[in-house]
Amino acid sequence: MMQDQKVIIKGIRDGLLISLSPTEEWLAITAELALKIDQQSAFYAGAKVTVDVGGRPVPKHELGTLKALLERRGLTLWSVLSDSATTIDAAQSLDLKTSTANPIPGRESSEGSETNPEEAGTPGVLVKRTLRNGRVVRSDGHVIIYGDVNPGAEIIAGGDVIVWGRLRGTVHAGVDGDETAVVCALDMMPTQLRIAKHIVVSPPDKRRKPKPEVAYIYKDQIVVEAWKY
Amino acid sequence: MGARVITITSGKGGVGKTTATANLGIALARMNKRVVLIDADIGLRNLDVVMGLENRIVYDLVDVVEGRCHLRQAMIKHKQFQDLFLIPAAQTRDKTAVSPADMIQLTDKIRSEFDFIIIDSPAGIERGFRNAVAPADEVLIVTNPEVSAVRDADRIIGLLEANNKGPGKLILNRVKPDMVRKGDMLSAADVTDILAIKLIGVVPEDPTVIPASNSGVPVILNENSRAGLAFRNIARRLNGENVPFMQLTEETGFFQKLARKITGGSNGH
Repeated sequence: MMQDQKVIIKGIRDGLLISLSPTEEWLAITAELALKIDQQSAFYAGAKVTVDVGGRPVPKHELGTLKALLERRGLTLWSVLSDSATTIDAAQSLDLKTSTANPIPGRESSEGSETNPEEAGTPGVLVKRTLRNGRVVRSDGHVIIYGDVNPGAEIIAGGDVIVWGRLRGTVHAGVDGDETAVVCALDMMPTQLRIAKHIVVSPPDKRRKPKPEVAYIYKDQIVVEAWKY
Repeated sequence: MGARVITITSGKGGVGKTTATANLGIALARMNKRVVLIDADIGLRNLDVVMGLENRIVYDLVDVVEGRCHLRQAMIKHKQFQDLFLIPAAQTRDKTAVSPADMIQLTDKIRSEFDFIIIDSPAGIERGFRNAVAPADEVLIVTNPEVSAVRDADRIIGLLEANNKGPGKLILNRVKPDMVRKGDMLSAADVTDILAIKLIGVVPEDPTVIPASNSGVPVILNENSRAGLAFRNIARRLNGENVPFMQLTEETGFFQKLARKITGGSNGH
């Protein structure tokens, strides 16, 4: 949307859309904005302005300053677009709109989904019992087992594998090559553990104390470490 | 009220299914129960041998299923117990001669006249196992304290659960308390930890079991045998009695540990 430029000004049906970089320093941005307007003051005079600040939280006093900066140059700030709740609150308290009458191309999704608090998540299957010897669970997504995975049982998942119980069977996460897949279990003692194209077996440690662990790929090999919480 | 149909199975062979079937059958008969034992291991029958009834076989299970005789004709009465019968397996056929539906039909015919019908399952998870399990109200899984036997038991329990017959109850057979104590053998706790099913009996290794089976007089009839006592206890538990588990020295409760310390670790049986 804003690439490297601090300030982009373009015409839209409702007037002007001014997009401000959400990452650059605010003072630098407002200075540049003032400069750009001053360079073509006659052209911009009298315009209705919509400002898009992206995800930047802009507090009320800064937004007020911006509004004043525009008004001094004969422009009217009437609408602010942002993904930040702080900015939206500030805009509302200054009686500014927080949407445009017409959707702006390039600023993709409408306001509704931009502010939707729900995570989309990714699909998987939940198996709510112990997997005994000879049982196989396959899924293109994640696999969650609420129970043990006994020796001889097998889990094959396109995504992650989570075992709320003892993992003693064979498990393959990220079977289609997803190297970011993880395997976690309350007691990690798999016969064989595979993530994408990597394979490890559990060390024969008899005196181990069961503890939650996570397996993932680090520097091209599978590492298993204690679950930190 | 009809008979309870109890199938005894294991997955792995040689863990003691037939021994358990014979001994539990006699134990229940001694408790004045009316009992029928069915050998479902067609082609490899041996429950008749262990029961000492081999020479009385005229008709078998396949003869009944194929209509060559009446069911009653294939039921061999035990020499000692009036209300204990055996339906032997055929030796010359294979498991495909009988279907799960045949087994259900057969047990339904005699349910009303008996208290217990005990089915000795063949090893494996194929047709013979399915035949044996089809009519079961309850399943007992026999295993030994060995990793391979426990793996097979786990597989069997999974199959039972998938067929709504599970999870069943566990008989842990041939436990050697001395080896358990040294950590060379799985303990009952180790086994139930993996299998997560209810234990109905722990049978200690006992040198009198094999000669008893060989002679056709199951070990349960030997009053001095610890294995016999363990099987008697299992029969009582099947009958709904609350019988405490035998004190094998594998027990590692506080009092056992204390007792072992006091006696200097020499309280073997």
